[in-house]
Amino acid sequence: MAGHIIGVDVGGTFTDLVLMDEGGPPRVAKVPSTPENQAFGVLAAIAEAGAALADVAGIVHGTTITTNALLERKLAKVGLITTRGFRDVLELGRRTRPKPYGMKGQFVPLIPRELRMEVNERIDADGEVLTPLDTDDVRTACEFLLAHGCEALVIHFLHAYRNPVHENHAAEIAAEIWPNRFVTRGHAILSEYREYERGVTAAVNAAVQPVLHRYIERLTEELADKGYGRELLVMQGNGGTVTAELVPEHAVNTVMSGPASGVMAAAHTGGRAGFPDLLTYDMGGTSCDVGVIRDAIPQVSSELELEYAMPIHVPMVDVHTIGAGGGSIAWIDEAGMLQVGPESAGAVPGPICYGRGGERPTITDANLALGRLNPDALLAVETPVTLDHVRSALAHRVGAPLRLDADGAAAAVVRVANARMAGALRMVSLARGHDPRDFALFAFGGAGPLHAVALARELGIPKVLIPARPGITNAIGCVVADLRHDYVNTINTPVDRLDMAEVAAIVEDQMREGRETIEREGVAVEDLRCIHDADMQFLGQSHILTVPIPGPDVTREHLAALFEAAYWERFAVELPEIRPVLVNLHTAVIGRRPQADIAALAGGREDGGPQAAATRPVWFTQGWQDTPIYRRADIAVGTELNGPAIVEQMDTTIVIEPGCAAVADALGNLIVSVEGEG
Amino acid sequence: MTAIDPVTLAVVQSGLSQVCNEMDLAFVRAAFSPVISEALDRSDGIYHRDDGALIAQGDLGLPVFVGTMQFGTREVIKRARGLKPGDMYIVNDPYLGGTHLMDVRFVKPFFYEGEIFAWLANTGHWPDTGGAVPGGFSANATEVEQEGLRLPPVKLFKEGVMDEEILSIILSNIRIADQRIGDIKAQAAALTVGERRFTALLDRYGKDVVEACIAELRVRAEQQMRAKIATIPDGDYHGAAYVDSDGVVDEPLKIDMRIRKQGTDLHFDMSGSSPPCRGPMNSVIATTRSSVYLAIKHIFPEVPLNAGTFAPLHIKDPDGTFLYATYPRPVSGCAAEVSQRIAEAVFAALTPALPDQLFAAPAGTSGNFALGGDDPKTGRSYVLYLISGGGYGGSEDGDGLSNGCSTIGISKTTPIEVVEQRYPVLIEQYALHEGSGGAGAHRGGFGVNYTVRIRRGAARASFVMDHGRYGPQGALGGRDGGPNKVRVQRNGQPDYVPPHLSKDQDIQVAEGDRIHVSTPGGGGFGDPLKRDPQAVLRDVMRGYYTVAEVEDLFGVAVSDGKVDEDTTAKLRAGKAAQAT
Repeated sequence: MAGHIIGVDVGGTFTDLVLMDEGGPPRVAKVPSTPENQAFGVLAAIAEAGAALADVAGIVHGTTITTNALLERKLAKVGLITTRGFRDVLELGRRTRPKPYGMKGQFVPLIPRELRMEVNERIDADGEVLTPLDTDDVRTACEFLLAHGCEALVIHFLHAYRNPVHENHAAEIAAEIWPNRFVTRGHAILSEYREYERGVTAAVNAAVQPVLHRYIERLTEELADKGYGRELLVMQGNGGTVTAELVPEHAVNTVMSGPASGVMAAAHTGGRAGFPDLLTYDMGGTSCDVGVIRDAIPQVSSELELEYAMPIHVPMVDVHTIGAGGGSIAWIDEAGMLQVGPESAGAVPGPICYGRGGERPTITDANLALGRLNPDALLAVETPVTLDHVRSALAHRVGAPLRLDADGAAAAVVRVANARMAGALRMVSLARGHDPRDFALFAFGGAGPLHAVALARELGIPKVLIPARPGITNAIGCVVADLRHDYVNTINTPVDRLDMAEVAAIVEDQMREGRETIEREGVAVEDLRCIHDADMQFLGQSHILTVPIPGPDVTREHLAALFEAAYWERFAVELPEIRPVLVNLHTAVIGRRPQADIAALAGGREDGGPQAAATRPVWFTQGWQDTPIYRRADIAVGTELNGPAIVEQMDTTIVIEPGCAAVADALGNLIVSVEGEG
Repeated sequence: MTAIDPVTLAVVQSGLSQVCNEMDLAFVRAAFSPVISEALDRSDGIYHRDDGALIAQGDLGLPVFVGTMQFGTREVIKRARGLKPGDMYIVNDPYLGGTHLMDVRFVKPFFYEGEIFAWLANTGHWPDTGGAVPGGFSANATEVEQEGLRLPPVKLFKEGVMDEEILSIILSNIRIADQRIGDIKAQAAALTVGERRFTALLDRYGKDVVEACIAELRVRAEQQMRAKIATIPDGDYHGAAYVDSDGVVDEPLKIDMRIRKQGTDLHFDMSGSSPPCRGPMNSVIATTRSSVYLAIKHIFPEVPLNAGTFAPLHIKDPDGTFLYATYPRPVSGCAAEVSQRIAEAVFAALTPALPDQLFAAPAGTSGNFALGGDDPKTGRSYVLYLISGGGYGGSEDGDGLSNGCSTIGISKTTPIEVVEQRYPVLIEQYALHEGSGGAGAHRGGFGVNYTVRIRRGAARASFVMDHGRYGPQGALGGRDGGPNKVRVQRNGQPDYVPPHLSKDQDIQVAEGDRIHVSTPGGGGFGDPLKRDPQAVLRDVMRGYYTVAEVEDLFGVAVSDGKVDEDTTAKLRAGKAAQAT
């Protein structure tokens, strides 16, 4: 590969960078994130790594700018043009409430009612025009919305996934009037049925588009000022990248790109390490992200809901968030039961041990009190707090009501938290049709490796894989990600009535569109490949099963057989009397970028066996044990460690439970063999 | 038994709910019927070996089943003989601890080390169980036989083997029978998953420890519920709610809810309610009780569910009323509609007692609409079911939610694009029901207006809805939400409005005819004259209310897109004086 490649990922607390150097060892940097303008953090990370931008061949950037804009509702003002009779679809949703119990709740639509305009037009489910588009209505609506200060526009018509002629025509008219490029056609973002989900996805796209555009434009300029003359690539939620120039068009695709890049890194690392089937477990301060990887390919879903009633239905790496993190607060409920979370101490006040004013014990505090974390090596401490202070808070707030001392209280917090996290992990894999025992657990994030071995034991998972650099996994994901574009079209026809020529034509169109987009991007790729899936169901069913298909030349019989086989594998049911239906066709077009060699990240010593840097008492289920503490940098390839043991590195701490053994592989991963019961 | 250590207790609690959640998941993922797989109209739980008392229940079970299954399981236990591992009962008899016939229960003894340790049970709403109309919601049935096939507890599985003879009786008596076998297998498989997971839990922690934990968790849940009840001031509270009619006799049915709070107990007396009715709006006692439990769970959502939760709730049998139905009273409306009115009466009674926790009445109807017809284009007959939401009541926290789910449900509506793909209809509008939010300091949320036009062929429309006669009630000075409305527009004829407003059956419609439905808005909370005039202005700008409506309801004068402060002050002073 010519020149250096930089992966830079902006997280909630830190901006991480990894620079893959052609000749020398990789360089990493970790600097505080700058939420007011993420570009500052990115530039600071580049400076810290000492990278001369003129020598850099490519920068791949993961940003949370669109996710944050959505969660904080700092969005562009958007107007909607839609089919007459349906402007309230975006406000009414699909009759839900935030929680199963409790008849309260609030919902604020992304586009307020006064900015939702209706026009005369109607297309039916077969794509037939029932009422032609009233172009004067469109003009009047555009002018009204501009006069009311809208910056972006959504055009969303019923059944446009079947026939986009009216959306396209309305967009042409809007283009004559609208002063910028921020016009989103619903079907162009997502050509899938279900008007609420498609409409919200389009509204999300429009609402974050100007925000992302401004950010990328500014970052591109700043990088150019510093001498960077090559392509800036941006991570998307599907685990692939897109050029900075194109990224605002489908701005919605960048939502959830952070968790996606972590899973991409895991897929790449696991694939090379001989673990193609992984459950990924990324535990941070406030939550855990869990993903599923089969055959070194992250599972993708189009059914994500970012928050209550905000579905985003573009294909994204399927990452499920569990509300448990290092900052989760331990408390005693009215029944006298110990609870951990879902409330989190967050970054402020944070766990007690961070010395930022936190008073309520958290999972992190319990880990500290149990000797699992090194009190002298905490990253985020503001004012040092004594271990006794942490222990006394645990004894007072958790221990006293349960009649436990400080040790017992801390142990209780960790055990209850582990039991809940293990249960949640199990549900995530079962809900996707997998038994967790068939996977290895890939643990990363600041707190993932602290709990991973205990969770694996709880779940019957035989191996835990901890990568060389667990704290910069997302940045590594940026470096290894390929260019990727996804296309979905709704067909919704029983297989026996399909026009197979039409099926082939749709898939070929998807492939062509992907190829053309990658050509437009002008980024060097080693090869292009396409992955095709069919969403299918039995007639009358509402659940969808996604089945991989070979390509445009799939036959009717083959399609039916693939679905029946997949259905049997999942549910052990055969239903020969009921007809299968092809719901959606999905193609991912992937442009493979030159591979960076992650083995360079290993960086362990070449010589000698494991030498413990220290020993300290650490609590395990069996009680306190004098436990050797290793430095990750001291662990050479092939080293074997027997639990109990603790391995410390700058960005995480790894706990190897008693009875388990770990070995360092050639890529610098620690592979833990999990034995016994917790 | 010595005290259990708190960690084991917490971990076993998680373990028990995990068993139930995995049963819920297995059921939903394998189920065939969208009512179960998409609408989640099902529930799974673990029950006590002797009396069927609830031990644990899945987190995502349909709320209406919150308490019913323990009554149903108890009835099975009373009748069970010669139990062997692998036996599984099927039952849907409403009078034996059930709801309506469509809710079919599977009940299985769970053996551990050769003895019955507990019972596992689940309920799933079947799309059809026979009877006069497809789907089972006959608006004018007068006896249960018209509502479908009634099964007493019978062993559908004997030592793990399905009894093909019983199966054939069932399949010979229901519609779309060929698809049911998929659901039956899914429902049975879910209990098998539960059996496996429960065995693993017992293997790990030991029978005695788990048993002790179950007993302790029951005590703890009761303790937590009592702590919640203690926040209600001692005293007598009264609320009422009305079902529009029973579908046969056009008279409102009253639910008279008297609640006495004493110490940490709540006593519910509904004996002043209307007598049994001819039509299908009778409620069996299991559903009546469960509706009270459900209401309390909506008020205190954080209390976990087991038999201890219900111990401080004392419900007097309302015999002699329509809330204590006995054979052969028709009951199809009890789960979907009457249950929601019972909950509304509980909310109405307790809102003055806990104004910062409660809320004005939600729309509280499932909005069942069925259209059955023949599509000349495909040559096939079809049955289209639509459900709909409505506004929630305002509360101390803010305005009510628009188009919220029914009080008893958690299922989403079917997208318009899916409806139009599958059925020969065109939905001409799906819009906010303007003006329907009950006025209040915090107003109610809004209902929905939708219009269905028949594109091809002839069809028959049926409705089981409610709140057509009176809108959902306001609280603490708030006004009622807008009522439910149904109107059928037929070619060249005057509009047809069902005589019972919200319930009707077999209305003939043909190509080009339109059916208009408006669902209720939520009740308002607090004095509308106290609503922030800027919030009222915003509501006008959004078209939620007209200028004339806000002047009348909120005493706010709006002109030229602004609040006219002087006129507003005068209007409000005048209205306040009028009220006193």
